[in-house]
Amino acid sequence: MSDALKNADLARGGVIPIKLVEGAPEESLEQSLYEVRKKIHPRSVSGWFASWRVMLVVATQLAFYGTVWLEWGGRQALLFDLGARKFYIFGLVLWPQDFIYLTALLIISALSLFLFTAVAGRLWCGYACPQTVYTEIFMWIERKIEGDRGARIRLDGEALSARKLGLKLAKHGVWAALAFWTGLTFVGYFTPIRELLPGLASFSLGPWETFWVLFYGFATYGNAGWMREQVCKYMCPYARFQSAMFDPDTMIITYDKARGEPRGGRSRSADNKALGLGDCVDCGICVQVCPTGIDIRNGLQYECIGCAACIDGCNQVMAKMGYAKGLIRYSTENALKNGWDFRQILAHAMRPRVLIYAAILAAVVIAMAVSLLLRVPVKVDVIRDRASLGREVAPGRIENIYRLQVMNTTEQPHRFVVRVADVHALEDIEVLTDVPQPLQIGAVSTISVPVRVRATPEHEKRGSERIYFVIEASDTEKHLLPEVFSIREKSIFFIPGPPR
Amino acid sequence: MADFTSGFWDFYIGIITLVSIAACAVLLNSLSSKRVSTDAKSTTGHLWDEDLGEYNNPLPRWWIWLFYITIVFSLAYLWYYPGLGSYAGSGKWTSVGEYRDEVAQAETEYGPLFRKFAAMDIKQAAADPAARVAGQKLFLTYCAQCHSSDGGGSRGFPNLTDNDWLYGGEPETIKTSILNGRNGVMPPFGPVLGDGGAKDVAHYVRSLSGLTADDIRIVRGKPAYVQNCAACHGADGKGNQQLGAPNLTDKTWLYASSEATIIETITKGRNNAMPAQKDFLGEDRVHILAAYVYGLSHPELGKAAAGK
Repeated sequence: MSDALKNADLARGGVIPIKLVEGAPEESLEQSLYEVRKKIHPRSVSGWFASWRVMLVVATQLAFYGTVWLEWGGRQALLFDLGARKFYIFGLVLWPQDFIYLTALLIISALSLFLFTAVAGRLWCGYACPQTVYTEIFMWIERKIEGDRGARIRLDGEALSARKLGLKLAKHGVWAALAFWTGLTFVGYFTPIRELLPGLASFSLGPWETFWVLFYGFATYGNAGWMREQVCKYMCPYARFQSAMFDPDTMIITYDKARGEPRGGRSRSADNKALGLGDCVDCGICVQVCPTGIDIRNGLQYECIGCAACIDGCNQVMAKMGYAKGLIRYSTENALKNGWDFRQILAHAMRPRVLIYAAILAAVVIAMAVSLLLRVPVKVDVIRDRASLGREVAPGRIENIYRLQVMNTTEQPHRFVVRVADVHALEDIEVLTDVPQPLQIGAVSTISVPVRVRATPEHEKRGSERIYFVIEASDTEKHLLPEVFSIREKSIFFIPGPPR
Repeated sequence: MADFTSGFWDFYIGIITLVSIAACAVLLNSLSSKRVSTDAKSTTGHLWDEDLGEYNNPLPRWWIWLFYITIVFSLAYLWYYPGLGSYAGSGKWTSVGEYRDEVAQAETEYGPLFRKFAAMDIKQAAADPAARVAGQKLFLTYCAQCHSSDGGGSRGFPNLTDNDWLYGGEPETIKTSILNGRNGVMPPFGPVLGDGGAKDVAHYVRSLSGLTADDIRIVRGKPAYVQNCAACHGADGKGNQQLGAPNLTDKTWLYASSEATIIETITKGRNNAMPAQKDFLGEDRVHILAAYVYGLSHPELGKAAAGK
């Protein structure tokens, strides 16, 4: 509240909580640069936006707590096996070589954040961010045990009693249990959860599993139970840089000052026009419901996470007063200034910033989808032997040694053949392997195959010749396999000896 | 342990470290309060982009505790780990110790696997498919750099697949070669034979395996061979596996069969070293490698294994 009051003068000038510096301070005193956080007791609110948030909380948490239990062909459907460096995503198995997809995913996430923020402000923060989601769940538990805002403020003001101790213990007990389950679920994505739980029961978890269950659980408990809005205000970098995506056409949660001011209390039957009052009844509900403790009537502030609780709160009051809804609403700076309606706001959503964000986002999404569709599930590295460049096995007949590192990322074994293609100046090529071809490779495994290539170079030919290894599914398998692969890898065939 | 020749520097660094940490604490404490205006709307006085100011809003109290925690952490760290000059830390941690722990851990994990194969007879292990896979992995990791991925060797490094052996191809001999290494030395005969003499001997040596050679030089070379070379390579040129002296009558050449290469070998000598693997790989792994190498020149063992 005190911060909000300090910011009060800002509402006049603009939307950024910064004021012009005028004159020098008159008095000064030695003062701590740190202060104890003032606890916020948000009042619960219901309405259109609160329902949306509840839906998103339920949806994200069903996905988080539920997906870990899904099975796919005898294994966990979503599992990031860090030890074996295999990442199982339903039918797909990604290897460290596929890390580019993680990069693409992060770029997509960042651009989505840019796009949503440019269009409608901090949508992510208000509805989907884990910090908001878990805070919402923890506040719901708090409300069920300790009661709503008034009851909680009273309880916190009371001296310690058996009742207060009981309520606090119950709250922290439920919080801790939920946080522990959250930590367990999180680790369940890295160690199969169906092994994790029995391990937990028999106290045989590994040191790192134990650490991460406790760490993630403790982070959930601490952030959602104790830190809450401070995470957004002091820690979160996204909260700060999202303002760089704002412009006068970005939808933000705004108080319609022209309509609301001058604010003041009045009876429901009074004619506010006659009293010279605006629509704001100064009930303070918008401040009480705010999870970051700001007063939205002072204009846009960096603390505002865009949760729209104040919109729901104010609309209820407006309905009771018999006034039109939307004294606090999603609007834009330009719309407020020019009196645009919602359709005009939407028309201004299509602006270069939004179109460019959308175009880049679409391009990256399409590129990633195409790349995933065309991904060859078998990978090959050709490693030339360095010990001998080439040896003469018979007069004029040269042998080079290669090691083929073949990686089968699919969950089926494969048989494949190796041949050499696209050669120039080399004749009678033989490809020899220890085991006769076709070669076999097990499901989700890597093999190292020494390969001898023999050839008769054209007369006078010396030095390196470019060759290509072709690794493909063997003929007998082609009709059986969904993934018919054929991979070309470049290498060098070296012909030793002095010039003849 | 100490990297310096004088003990003075250990104290020098230790004291600087501790004084720096203390200075950080003092700095933190002195900067946690400031003379500010009593005006609630006072700013820090800095201006960015012409008119952006910053309020003097205080940070939450726990924030400064994070800084104090780092100071406590650094002291605890310096107490437990080596960091203060030559003080080894109460945990006695060293990077070498950590390496040893990891090696010991790997040994308990993979040791039983290797011991299973090490208990087999070498010929038996050479025919065992699982032992061959393990052997190939070891070979590709530790041996292929010189002997090639296929065991075919390269110039100066013997071919292991041709059943032609410098020191003998019995399973136990192969194992001994890997365990203790070999050092094949051919002394230089250039000073003794002279340029012409070396060429004569080279022609004689070429004639032993049926390669083209000058008849006159063969006649001249033979006595010189008997006098200088026969002690190791034998009067008949069939070599001596006790000494690792190569057989000169077969078609296998460690270097090359050309006249120029043979002359180079004779005049300058050769010094070939196979490093001992006993201390590095240990007996169990060498046993598996010996079986794999034995299998390379006995393909019938692999076929029998595949047929099973």
